[in-house]
Amino acid sequence: MAVVTLNVNGQDVAVPAGASLLEATRAAAADVPTLCHLDGLNPVSSCRLCLVEVEGSTKLLPACSTAAAEGMVVHTHTPRLKEYRRMTVELFFAEGNHVCAVCVANTHCELQDMAVTVGMDHSRFPYQYPQRPVDASHPQFTLDHNRCILCTRCVRVCDEIEGAHVWDIGSRGGQCHIVAGLDEPWGQVQACTSCGKCVEVCPTGALFRNTDTTAEKQPDASLPALLRSARDQHRWHNQ
Amino acid sequence: MPSPVQVRCCDASGCRSAGSQALRNALEGARDAAGLDPSQLTIKPVGCLRLCGSGPLVACDGPGPTQLFGGMAPEQAGALIAAALPSSPAPGSGDPLAAHRLDLEAPFFALQRPVVLEGCGQVDPESIDDAIAFGTYAQLQRVLQELSPEQVRDEVRRSGLRGRGGAGYPTGLKWDTVALQPPGPRYVVCNADEGDPGAFMDRSVLESDPHRLIEGMAIAAYAVGAERGFVYVRAEYPLAIERLRLALQQARSRHLLGNHIHGTSFNLRLEVRVGAGAYVCGEETALLLSIQGQRGMPQPRPPFPAQSGLWGAPTLINNVETFTAVPAILRQGGDWYAAMGTAHSKGTKVFALSGAVVNTGLVEVPMGTSLRTVVELIGGGVPDGSPIKAVQTGGPSGGCIPAERLDTPVDYESLVELGSMMGSGGMVVMGQSTSMPEVARHFMGFSVNESCGKCVPCRAGTVQLAQLLDRFVERRATSADMERLDALCQMVKVTSLCGLGQSAPNPVLSTLRWFRHEYEAACREPSGCVATGRVR
Amino acid sequence: MTPSPAAAKLRLATVWLAGCSGCHMSFLDLDEFLFDLAEKVDVVFSPVGSDVKIYPENVDIALVEGAVANVDNLELALQLRQRTALVISFGDCAVTANVPGLRNLLDGGHDGAKAVLERGYLELADATGQLPFAPGIVPELLPRVLPLHEVIPVDLFLPGCPPSAERIREAITPLLAGDRPAMEGAAMLRFG
Repeated sequence: MAVVTLNVNGQDVAVPAGASLLEATRAAAADVPTLCHLDGLNPVSSCRLCLVEVEGSTKLLPACSTAAAEGMVVHTHTPRLKEYRRMTVELFFAEGNHVCAVCVANTHCELQDMAVTVGMDHSRFPYQYPQRPVDASHPQFTLDHNRCILCTRCVRVCDEIEGAHVWDIGSRGGQCHIVAGLDEPWGQVQACTSCGKCVEVCPTGALFRNTDTTAEKQPDASLPALLRSARDQHRWHNQ
Repeated sequence: MPSPVQVRCCDASGCRSAGSQALRNALEGARDAAGLDPSQLTIKPVGCLRLCGSGPLVACDGPGPTQLFGGMAPEQAGALIAAALPSSPAPGSGDPLAAHRLDLEAPFFALQRPVVLEGCGQVDPESIDDAIAFGTYAQLQRVLQELSPEQVRDEVRRSGLRGRGGAGYPTGLKWDTVALQPPGPRYVVCNADEGDPGAFMDRSVLESDPHRLIEGMAIAAYAVGAERGFVYVRAEYPLAIERLRLALQQARSRHLLGNHIHGTSFNLRLEVRVGAGAYVCGEETALLLSIQGQRGMPQPRPPFPAQSGLWGAPTLINNVETFTAVPAILRQGGDWYAAMGTAHSKGTKVFALSGAVVNTGLVEVPMGTSLRTVVELIGGGVPDGSPIKAVQTGGPSGGCIPAERLDTPVDYESLVELGSMMGSGGMVVMGQSTSMPEVARHFMGFSVNESCGKCVPCRAGTVQLAQLLDRFVERRATSADMERLDALCQMVKVTSLCGLGQSAPNPVLSTLRWFRHEYEAACREPSGCVATGRVR
Repeated sequence: MTPSPAAAKLRLATVWLAGCSGCHMSFLDLDEFLFDLAEKVDVVFSPVGSDVKIYPENVDIALVEGAVANVDNLELALQLRQRTALVISFGDCAVTANVPGLRNLLDGGHDGAKAVLERGYLELADATGQLPFAPGIVPELLPRVLPLHEVIPVDLFLPGCPPSAERIREAITPLLAGDRPAMEGAAMLRFG
């Protein structure tokens, strides 16, 4: 197996050729934060939390979608990266309607955890209070747009793993929102298999089971990686 | 056999909106009334005659020097026909058209160096015969019959041509990158999704000389080994789309497109794709997705389109102006082109001059011409004669250059150094009464509306920046807002996914840099906020 | 912050703006720590620890619970900022506007106050419903509910809905010694 060796935060690591920078930072236990990335799904580099500094590059590079290369010298937690990450999380909180106390995902929310990770004690940016609807048309699940951070994990898991492509993104800019089918009520989309993968991978309380109430959602975001390795290697994790 | 007298009527969007079609009909009526037939006096619709602000424009070519008239009403058609005829007396004190005569020796015209625009205003954009008579497609034929793709790329590389869409990537290098990819299908794409406010260069080229663009694209396709290409035009340019489609159809019927062009083994299919109004689709990776029928959202690069573009194949994507410069480069040689301009920015650049300026219109000048020459000499300065305050270049991705830096030569590097950028070529002149925080807010509002929404710094950061700028415009900002503005601009610039987000703070950063006092004057002390009891 | 001389006790205020008082309940959950606290501070203003109606001068530390939702909240917030050395945004309502801020979603975000009053006093009332109107007695709602730091400068943020008694103790203890607490990690920072 071909490997590349690189240096992450002063530590030399070796990863298989073709591995992402994110995998390399994990090999160095660097704890690079991510919200849109999920193992098993194609990276989209939209949350910008995994940006790292690579010596010799004038730009910050998203670890999730940058290939690790031989001899790279990577810094993952410089002061400016930490500051940008905190601002990013503040922007996430300010652009939606995130009320942790009454959220179905309270205590199991990746955004809530991320605020802790980046040390966000308050948002310096005013909350926008956007007007967003709730789609409760599906018999088993609900989509609360107020809590959506547009990570597109649901879009990708449905397309790449389930193969149903129920979800996509509509509109643009701050008006962007997840759409079901041809922008129909979720419950009317015949392509939906009700598999629930979108609910499992949703990092916040935007997608949840109707039976869950405040702080009861307990998602399993490891699903895509398991399914992908099962398909690629014809092995289930319990084998 | 051209008639001795030719009247060229601008029939591009600018003059059309000023009534050029009615004028042309009136001119035809006046010609008939004068008992002349088309063999004696030709009335020809042409593309842009440059001085758009004085439309409708009419140029009269006769045995004597060309005369140019602006702001003509249909009622003056008779007088104009009379003036166009060789028998007409030299214009004197009794000249009924004196107020409409435009001086072709004036700096606006005399200092221009048409290369990309050489056919604009000369050829009938709807006639391939006229284009061919003007020399269009001659270079395509020569290239196909005499040059290898390597020789073509060598000529382009030697010319020093850089991408005219804004970023200024060396064109020859890009062509080489595409050509040297492993064997397989390739595409050429023309980015005609011109969306910067204040930019209308590409529209003018498409409306005025579409065959020139097609020739440039065909040469590029030959040089990189592509057999299929697309022109991606925004839907807001209906006339450009109409003329481009007509031109493509004409080119196909003359076998200048299709299979075995000029009897060689070179085949090329070109199609128009119409954008649906998203500014972000001018970003190349988003544009390519849009051509493929996907949602136009920028993708992380690498891979660059030259490696993996349309349907995963190597794709050459260049801007309208870049492709249109190619035939002239092949005709005159790369060295000729490289002799114009500066050390790192070769050739000429087309600018769309607008704002608080006397001469509004299309300008093509050698790279390295000073901004002052462009806006004061060619543009004529601010209409009321007051000094210029700033010049905005590069649209929502660019910045405002203050009057004291007007002696800067216009090239890619100098503009970036001043916190602006070349951009596609929009140049908006601002007078003393312009408020810089308002300018910044205007452009930020544009970025808010046009953000694709994929990455959070651009999607949510521009919204917060616009609201911060509101505070400055409404004079209720605090020094804390100033810090926040600085910090958020940096963050959006550095962390956004694509060039649009990365450059969205530029109008703020450049006005903060050169006009910081205007922001400071809009601040009040936080204690003022507390004391007045008003919630911020 | 400039604490009073070591010999003198610190002057502590706790303030209740637009919140459910849960943060104050959590404060009371400090149990026996309250005795330790009482040895080090004078509670000079507090809905649960004093009967003073006027916010006093020269307060060292104020724990401010709740968002700013009405004119009384606003007046008190401005007043306490002028009279307090160190202001702590105490709990999620003060830090984010939290649940009281949900009314900002009504009426398209323009006038949530009007929308919430009409809903509560007219739409859901019987035939005799009327909007409350008692100038000077019932404070008027602000059009928008704001987190405390959007109204006054805040020195320390103590999130949580409510912050646990443990978190409150960990935040206060260093302050009593004139130090700033390290507000990091899930034990100190988590919203909700």
